[in-house]
Amino acid sequence: MSEILGVPVTVLSGQLLLGVINGAFYALLSLGLAVIFGLLKIINFAHGAMYMLGAMATVVLFDNLGVNYWVALFVAPIMVGALGVLIEYFLLRRIGGQDHIYSLLLTFGVALMIQGILTNIYGVSGLRYSMPDVFKGGMNLGFMFLPYYRAWVIVMALLVCFGTWFMIEKTKLGSYLRAGTEDAQLMQGFGINVPLLISLTYGFGVMLAAFAGVLAAPIYSVTPVMGSHILIVVFAVVVIGGMGSISGAIITGILMGIIEGLTKTFYPQASSAVIFLVMVIVLLIRPSGLFGKEA
Amino acid sequence: MSQAAPKEYEQLRVSGLHAFYGESHILHGIDLVVNRGELVTLLGRNGAGRSTTLKAIMNMVGRRTGSIMINGEETMACAPHHIARLGVGYCPEHRGIFSELNVQENLTLPPVVRSGGMGLDEIYSMFPNLYERRFSQGTKLSGGEQQMLAMARILRTGANMLLLDEITEGLAPVIVEKLGEVLLKLKEKGLTIVLVEQNFHFAAPLADRHYVMEHGQIAEEISADELEAKQSLLNDYLGV
Repeated sequence: MSEILGVPVTVLSGQLLLGVINGAFYALLSLGLAVIFGLLKIINFAHGAMYMLGAMATVVLFDNLGVNYWVALFVAPIMVGALGVLIEYFLLRRIGGQDHIYSLLLTFGVALMIQGILTNIYGVSGLRYSMPDVFKGGMNLGFMFLPYYRAWVIVMALLVCFGTWFMIEKTKLGSYLRAGTEDAQLMQGFGINVPLLISLTYGFGVMLAAFAGVLAAPIYSVTPVMGSHILIVVFAVVVIGGMGSISGAIITGILMGIIEGLTKTFYPQASSAVIFLVMVIVLLIRPSGLFGKEA
Repeated sequence: MSQAAPKEYEQLRVSGLHAFYGESHILHGIDLVVNRGELVTLLGRNGAGRSTTLKAIMNMVGRRTGSIMINGEETMACAPHHIARLGVGYCPEHRGIFSELNVQENLTLPPVVRSGGMGLDEIYSMFPNLYERRFSQGTKLSGGEQQMLAMARILRTGANMLLLDEITEGLAPVIVEKLGEVLLKLKEKGLTIVLVEQNFHFAAPLADRHYVMEHGQIAEEISADELEAKQSLLNDYLGV
């Protein structure tokens, strides 16, 4: 059996695959955070809760209404996105002119409330969700076994990331988002309905989180606290990549997933700390992040 | 019985306008009127409140009281994007070129607010440099080109009242001359222009009237034909 640095290739590639999967979730989540931060200049502490809501909605819709995975893939993000628009319109907008600490605390409070309510109803032991039959099994690539659903997650996450990047960098609507990142007030002075754009941007950002949640439902334990666990890591990813860079958020997310996977293979004890270690190093050497603009 | 000549169309009427940035009271009761097709300047020293007046018209300052009528419509309760859609084009002092956008994206960013704006072809023939550099990052242009871009950007929208803040600031004389030609062309087209200007020699031959501002108030109104007679008074105000 072939080995790399004393580790069998099958083990290494298996961990790498897990790393890429985790990285795909990091990328989707940090992408949403970056989109929201760009225009709203707020750090959305409710992002993990929106991811969790996407996953919970998938399970609850199936259990109660028999809504299948394919429908949930669209419906859950739209429901959560609509909730995001309401949160922006009724809560965040009221404190728009205040110090950023207020919006940070507000989104944190919203996250705790959502998490608390769902914990009260469903507990934290985790809900079961079985993946659609078409994803059962996998294929043997020779050096490793690739479960179909994992492949699906990677492809979908990359597609959505690329689509979002394309929309922001290459379209008219995206030029509003990029310009708004620089000077939203002037853009409004040109006749662009910036308040509406802000609502929709927040809705879209949390929609990405909910989409990640739906993807996660069949493979991760679905509980009301799943969001707060992943959010801490995602914030580290965002710090490493640098706030506000769309492609930076995507690349860093996947990269950090891979680094985590590699660490799990070679030095498992450090696997949950390695991303934070990278964060510390990046903060010391390049405080604006790998892809951030120099202040 | 002959009818009286039609009253001139008031495109902008500002009355009793006060504006505040936080605790500081910047504008102390501004009254001014700009008729359609007029080019009116706001003169004064730095800090007299000229830029703030333009920003206040756009609803881009903190708190305001008083009245601002555009085309006879009260706009104090309007959001900035509604004001733009009344046909107002604002060119800020810092030019506001977006570094995240290329020249063409900058140019096409503001939505068309009225029909009758200039097409891209017309704009590029007026500003050939912008065409050559249309795929460059907006802020990579020279100061003069950026100013042309900032002007061109609001001409495309069809705005018929332009609020221009210090458009000649820091530019080479040859560019200033070019901007003067552009303003004359716009005047011929019948656009209404409110020009905040430090460079009096640039503004004097173009303008129909001048408002001189001091300490957040209108200190003097001077029409173009009174200019010679009031030159020394004006010099006092401007400190030249």
